[in-house]
Amino acid sequence: MIPANYFLILSVVLFVLGAIAFFIKRDLITMFMSVEIMLNAANLAFITFARSASSPDGQIIVFFIITVAAAEAAVGLAIILLIFRQKKTIKSEDMKLMKG
Amino acid sequence: MTETLYETLIIFIKIVCALVWLLACTLYLTWLERKESALIQDRVGANRASIFGIRIIGLFQPFADAIKMIFKEDFVPSFSRKFLHTMAPFISFFFVAITITAIPFGDTLRIGNRTIHLQILDFNVGLLFILAMLSLGIYGIIISGWASNNKYALIGGMRGAAQVISYEVALGLSLIGLIMVYPSLRLSSIVLYQGELLFGFLPKWGIFLQPLGFVVFLLAALAETKRAPFDLPEGESEIIGFFTEYSGLKWGLFMMVDFMEVIIVSTLLTTLFFGGWQVPWLASDGFHFPWGGELLLSHVVVVLLQVAAFNIKVFFFCWLQILIRWTYPRFRYDQLMDFGWKLLVPLSLVNIIGTGIIMTL
Amino acid sequence: MGYFLFFLLAVMTVGAVLGMIISKNQAYNAIFLILAFACMGGLFALLEAPFIAVVQIIIYAGAIMVLFIFVVMMINVHSGISAEKKKWIIYLSPVLAVILIIELILSIKGAFSLPVSTEIIKAGPTDLGRLLFTKYLYHFEITSILIIAALVGAIVLVKKKEKK
Repeated sequence: MIPANYFLILSVVLFVLGAIAFFIKRDLITMFMSVEIMLNAANLAFITFARSASSPDGQIIVFFIITVAAAEAAVGLAIILLIFRQKKTIKSEDMKLMKG
Repeated sequence: MTETLYETLIIFIKIVCALVWLLACTLYLTWLERKESALIQDRVGANRASIFGIRIIGLFQPFADAIKMIFKEDFVPSFSRKFLHTMAPFISFFFVAITITAIPFGDTLRIGNRTIHLQILDFNVGLLFILAMLSLGIYGIIISGWASNNKYALIGGMRGAAQVISYEVALGLSLIGLIMVYPSLRLSSIVLYQGELLFGFLPKWGIFLQPLGFVVFLLAALAETKRAPFDLPEGESEIIGFFTEYSGLKWGLFMMVDFMEVIIVSTLLTTLFFGGWQVPWLASDGFHFPWGGELLLSHVVVVLLQVAAFNIKVFFFCWLQILIRWTYPRFRYDQLMDFGWKLLVPLSLVNIIGTGIIMTL
Repeated sequence: MGYFLFFLLAVMTVGAVLGMIISKNQAYNAIFLILAFACMGGLFALLEAPFIAVVQIIIYAGAIMVLFIFVVMMINVHSGISAEKKKWIIYLSPVLAVILIIELILSIKGAFSLPVSTEIIKAGPTDLGRLLFTKYLYHFEITSILIIAALVGAIVLVKKKEKK
């Protein structure tokens, strides 16, 4: 059995990579993808802890996270599509309506 | 040590056998398709390919086709995205071929004191595994359409992906009733449950317990294979499809994937709705007829009968799918979407509710 | 064997995410991400969660990423959008990443020495299904309402207004 800390370290690395991608990238779709990576890193940690505690509850939470992520992706992509229709761009810097 | 060696060897042999079976079936399905379409259109069909002058009703035709395809020029358009353009057919091929790992070909085979499951891997989520791999298969379509860098191919790819992903919903929902009846996702135990008898004489096959589920699954699976009447993604003759920029062996791979999907769908229909390798009234020691007769058979004969039954059922469904393909005209795109979302999905929901009501009674 | 699979999948996942960070093309980004999610499915299977592994592949790699690819192809920005213009941010980010990784690892260090129970975890599809319909019934129902709301919301948002 592979020790839990291997998976935890992998999860940390993935989370940080997702965060970095979120800050570096400038188009909305890729930024959204980075959020998904961070969610997945959290899922990995949840399942690792579920195995350590030998209880299926962690897996149930991951199940809910995945379903919520699906809902989130549908709405988020719809919003991005709307932004593109109105502004003809998906660069994050161009979204500055609220900037005084 | 020798034990693990034997285990590895057995798994290796099983993988080779299953792949050879799949590829040989694919090869001869092309022959069957040619002959059956010829029969329907009152022609003779391909019968000229010969080896040393022997041409047994065109049985060597698939080899001639394969050789022709291998030696054709493999033309990659200069404007395409080369790497993905090359990868796409292999992605399609891989995700279809890997589903064969979860299909049970027969019950256990005993050699000496070793029992061998005639199934490569017995997942406890085997059914979902197959659905997952089929759903990953659509990346072959999308990527080939996108990497061709051609507007028609891109639109064809998106059309194909939209079709496959819509019908996947109906496909998945139609199986829920079945999972309620046979409480397992493990394909081998689903087949074992179907060995029992209903009212003492009728085998407990999925078709008798889930007729509506069977119809919805068959129609959705036909759409998943992307052949007529659902062949809008490809539309060889009229609309330009996603593999229009492919030639030679890569085009051949896409064609092979189509035929392999037909076989996989047939194996699924057999396993889920027609008892898999079960022969009616055949137990592990021979036939026990409901009217009292008995016919005892040796173990090897029983296993051979089961594998033969599986193959016959699979070939029947392959034949049926080719028959449907050459009988019905193509849907219009809006009809296709209406059919999927407004007929099949509600029908499968009705099936779930009906199954639930009957099971609580 | 298990270790070999773990390292293979881990390297592929991290490599795919790094590829996504480096690549400028959105379609390639999406394809890298599909690879990453599929490998994550493999990791879940290694963690004795076969059901979640399959769900991950069906929903994440098979459905969510198809949505992403559809949107990428519909929008089809020809010239890739390059990463941050300010160079110093790009050079600083690996440093900050390493610091953050070390910090996070130090913070969860306590979990490394958790006693690993040896009893076999009961998380087959049957057990998870039973839990979903008993202990987590309300959560399950609320999630279903959420999904319906998201479905309707996405359609309403994207649908073009009919011209009279």
